[in-house]
Amino acid sequence: MTALRYVYAVCRPLSAPLQAQLTGVAGIPARQLEHHGLIAVLSLVPEEDFAEEPLKEHLEDLEWLTATARAHQNVVDALTGVTTPLPLRLGTVFRDDSGVRVMIEEREEDFRRALDRLEGRVEWGVKVYVEQEEEKEAVGERPAARPASGRDYLRQRRRRTAAHEERGQKAEEFAARLHEVLSGYAEDARLHAPQNATLSGATGRNVLNASYLVPRSRSEEFVELVDRAEDDTPGVRVELTGPWAAYSFTGLTQGVA
Amino acid sequence: MTTPHRLPDPYGGPSSGANLADILERVLDKGIVIAGDIRINLLDIELLTVKLRLIVASVDKAKEMGIDWWESDPALSSRARRDELTRENTELRARLERLEASREADELEAAPRQAPRRRKKESP
Repeated sequence: MTALRYVYAVCRPLSAPLQAQLTGVAGIPARQLEHHGLIAVLSLVPEEDFAEEPLKEHLEDLEWLTATARAHQNVVDALTGVTTPLPLRLGTVFRDDSGVRVMIEEREEDFRRALDRLEGRVEWGVKVYVEQEEEKEAVGERPAARPASGRDYLRQRRRRTAAHEERGQKAEEFAARLHEVLSGYAEDARLHAPQNATLSGATGRNVLNASYLVPRSRSEEFVELVDRAEDDTPGVRVELTGPWAAYSFTGLTQGVA
Repeated sequence: MTTPHRLPDPYGGPSSGANLADILERVLDKGIVIAGDIRINLLDIELLTVKLRLIVASVDKAKEMGIDWWESDPALSSRARRDELTRENTELRARLERLEASREADELEAAPRQAPRRRKKESP
């Protein structure tokens, strides 16, 4: 049975070896392939799972996708601890080593430019939520309470809508201010589509979902900025994730809105 | 707000606070796009979020795990909007029925003999 090459990332040669037991997709260890002074970090994966057809099918299997995405991120994350990786999108697969080498040669200049630009930088994710608890307090009525008359109903509805809009507006203003402050501090910033968090256990409506590119050396202050922002704004929750590899800043994606 | 934060550790492990949506957002939608030897149509991956929604048995689980960002993306889904409309529609219909019922009762009370007996309209 043939093994295909699943590539996680491209980086410069590592000064420290990869963790001995760095497990990648399908529970297979990751290894390095050096070419033209660049490293592709990859796993040898079975064709029966990663050839075109099975891969397409797997991608629609939520459990498979979850495990694979986490494994992919796990490898990229381990690399982020020792170098500045350029993460490839999930599911970048080649037939053999020579396919990987050709890919490196074709993109060599792009890779070097991106690596120079991102050297020593990490990505921080910041999300802002409007807390749902505030909603009920502000309205002062349980949403399930049955209105006594049509007029009451309309009044209740109007009040609810007004309170809702005001809160939403305040939160959006807060998010815009925060984004401005953080963008000013970061070297670069990207806005992502908001996550719908109402059902995920994370309460509240997601009004900001952004990534910031920050040098490691200045990350501590960045984190403090985020912490401070959260302290003085009731009804709004700020969530910080990171440090990530600079996924959102490779500059080599196509047509990402 | 006092949410405990991890110590800022720029060399530390991954975001312990990251949910699966955070991860998928990055490994599927960001990162460098290179056409490997195994061709996955770019469109396929972009539509993946939509397809995931169709895996009925898994959707609730996906939500549990926080994979639901497609629902808030108007480019990917009109479901959130549709759900809201459906809910509001039901609410209004119930309201209307209550009003009609009470008015009917009033009419019957005021002029029991003249009030034509109206049939309540079936909801479609």
